[in-house]
Amino acid sequence: MAPELPLLTMSGITKSFPGVRALDGVDLDVQAGEVHCLLGQNGAGKSTLIKVLAGAHQPDGGTIGWRGEPVTLKSPIAAMRLGIATIYQELDLVEHLSVAENVHLGHEPTTAGFVVRGKAARASTAALLKRLGHPEIDPARLVGELSAAQQQIVSMARALSHDVRLIVMDEPSAALDPDEVDNLFRIVGDLTADGVAVVYISHRLEEIRRIGDRVTVLKDGRAVAGGLPAKSTPTREVVALMTGRNVEYVFPDRPPAPPPEATTPVLEVRGLARDGEFEALDLDVRPGEIVGLAGLVGSGRSEILETIYGARRPSAGEVRVDGRPLRTGSVRAAVRAGLGLAPEERKAQALLMLESVTRNVSVSTMSRFARVGWIDRGAEYRAARAATRELSLRPDNPAVPVRTLSGGNQQKAVLARWLLRGCRVLLLDEPTRGVDVGARAELYAVVRRLADEGLAVLLVSSEVPEVLGLADRVLVLREGRVVHTAPARELDEHRVLDLVMEGSPVASAASPAGAAGPATGEGRPAS
Amino acid sequence: MTRPVSPPRDGTDKVTQVAEPPAWRTVLFRADVRTLSLVGVLAALIVIGGLTKPDEFLDTRNLQLVLTQASVIGVVTVGMTFVITSGGIDLSVGAIVALASVWATTVATQEYGFAGILFTAVIVGVGCGMVNGLLIAYGGMVPFIATLAMLASARGLALQITDGKTQIVEVQGVLDLGERDAYVLGIPPLVLVFAVVTVIGWLVLNRTTFGRRTVAVGGNAEAARLAGIDVRRQRLYLYLLSGLCCGIAAFLLIVLSGSGQNTNGNLYELDAIAAAIIGGTLLTGGRGTITGSVLGVLIFTTITNIFALNNLQSDVQQIAKGAIIVAAVLVQRRTASTT
Repeated sequence: MAPELPLLTMSGITKSFPGVRALDGVDLDVQAGEVHCLLGQNGAGKSTLIKVLAGAHQPDGGTIGWRGEPVTLKSPIAAMRLGIATIYQELDLVEHLSVAENVHLGHEPTTAGFVVRGKAARASTAALLKRLGHPEIDPARLVGELSAAQQQIVSMARALSHDVRLIVMDEPSAALDPDEVDNLFRIVGDLTADGVAVVYISHRLEEIRRIGDRVTVLKDGRAVAGGLPAKSTPTREVVALMTGRNVEYVFPDRPPAPPPEATTPVLEVRGLARDGEFEALDLDVRPGEIVGLAGLVGSGRSEILETIYGARRPSAGEVRVDGRPLRTGSVRAAVRAGLGLAPEERKAQALLMLESVTRNVSVSTMSRFARVGWIDRGAEYRAARAATRELSLRPDNPAVPVRTLSGGNQQKAVLARWLLRGCRVLLLDEPTRGVDVGARAELYAVVRRLADEGLAVLLVSSEVPEVLGLADRVLVLREGRVVHTAPARELDEHRVLDLVMEGSPVASAASPAGAAGPATGEGRPAS
Repeated sequence: MTRPVSPPRDGTDKVTQVAEPPAWRTVLFRADVRTLSLVGVLAALIVIGGLTKPDEFLDTRNLQLVLTQASVIGVVTVGMTFVITSGGIDLSVGAIVALASVWATTVATQEYGFAGILFTAVIVGVGCGMVNGLLIAYGGMVPFIATLAMLASARGLALQITDGKTQIVEVQGVLDLGERDAYVLGIPPLVLVFAVVTVIGWLVLNRTTFGRRTVAVGGNAEAARLAGIDVRRQRLYLYLLSGLCCGIAAFLLIVLSGSGQNTNGNLYELDAIAAAIIGGTLLTGGRGTITGSVLGVLIFTTITNIFALNNLQSDVQQIAKGAIIVAAVLVQRRTASTT
């Protein structure tokens, strides 16, 4: 490496959230003019790290140096003043403002301090857009009328409207077509030629090989390797760094014999599709079986579960429970047929945070304890207590507000809801998100026990070891298609990551032997 | 080239679990404090009234008047409390009261006597509530806009029906209920209706599946939907309920004034919302208290009465009301942020 002073040095950065240590002493150094790639699985700490860098999160410990001087990034504005710009995956543009207004938001060119000089703003925006290779975007148009790719360009123009020295890009290629990706790479090349540093986050290894200079790999909140050469480090080594775990997940034993193929599936999905999200999905889940869906963010995992559950309307296909077709697009029909969903965003989608555990557990069953609408609260409480005890929910007092529980126990409250309902098919979306490591093993044991008692479980997780450890059978998804199906014991993490990451037409130069491509013969993405 | 920068540290993985205090107790305590503080404010007002105008304020007839006046807005506030608890708002309550009261007192309606007036008032209220509910639940309109539109239309229709004239009630049975000496079970009839509506409202909100669904929809509509609750139907029912309360209130107002006017129920929406909010119902939904709402109504009515007895004009009353709303909400935010 060049001995010159790094533009940015972060050392020993730590950051904790309640119950989770998101960053546990991360080091990162970035040189001016380089493309520094950040790699890591979901939950490895990438998002937290870039938010610290953007001034959006304050680190609990560690130091940040900028051109050799120690700095604190107290706010996004402070970071921006230094010349650090961040382009988030979720674009933060104001749809109802024009392109020029968005680009200059917060630092509009003005006369007398408050009269916005619209013409000047539009002119400088047009110049920026031209530099970014998109002169066809009209600075006067509303951002809401632009395509996702164009919005990304606007976001980038906004970053460049400041005197920027370092740009962080969080999965910038995720929403782009191949030729748009080429344009993006050209822009990145121009920027680095001007001496601007780029921190680039992507799941696609081949992109990193094309434009990256160095790679830092994060895992479980730590940088496990820093400054690897992006072009020459073998894929095998990168994947090994991403996956090798210090935290041991303890998974319950599978039943000695998997449910025989002859058992009638309780859940059958045939040709289910939603435009732009996933296509022609077939799957069966038998009583006592846990089926896992593995895939990256954006592979359509959650959408599939929510569509099966009726929370989204499919564009084609059907769902059958016990052989009877389910009315699609109706949650109530699904619940009546015996489906239960533990959604991805527990607090936003499942829990009534102001209410007690009892009421959260009984919300799908309360009419069972009621006569003409009048609730027998004693019976309700006893039923909720029985269900939460069955799952060893702590504290053993369903009268406490659900918001006082830990993440793992909140998840148990959601499971208790469906246990009480007597559901036959349990759909689990990221069941251990926000659950600390110690409580995970217990949650896994609970899920396995429910399956052993005859429940059919469909599991979605972005954590590959979780799917492999818990499920009996695994479907690997990429960009809305099933690319591989196999019993979990026949797969390992490397194999699954190979399958899910091979997502772009650029051939991966150094994929490990024996993992050449989709085994099911499914076609590659049309892109 | 490869250089491990932060080697795993041993023993740093454990997550410290802080023992929670028995949270249900603090919640229970806080709920009690909120209600008790409202009772305290009401008691203080009664003391003030007793000190400034000892003879007039504490007179039985005056206290009876306070309760009677509270009854009309009180019934409206019970319905409003349900709507706000569900995360909605009903700006049309005053206009619905006006429309129901004039429709029920037209010459044509009065021909059907007591039952005709009562039935019409209730049906008009429920009908308006149904329009609100359908627009909001199935038409996807924002409650603020839908009920604002209803406010404008119902007031306009009320004016059209009356042509701006006061419609005097000729039905003796209705007028009898409004007599100063009318008592049912020893209670002024209007107050009795208010009490019954309050008790039923409390039971429905706290003890029935309907109340639970209301709270669930207001607390987290998406979670309620994914738990299998028919959120849209619940929303429809809630605006129907608010309309029903308006219909009942309109009938009470007809009894009280012996007439129907298109200016009835002016600014009831503000009074009802204010009473519910100072009572402790969350404007964002998910928590509602009928007890608090009723106390809020009583506080406002008592202030109005004391001010009137002391010959202070309504402009001063309005300023005082505004100050009380601000104070109550600030106190609530204080208690909420100490969680």
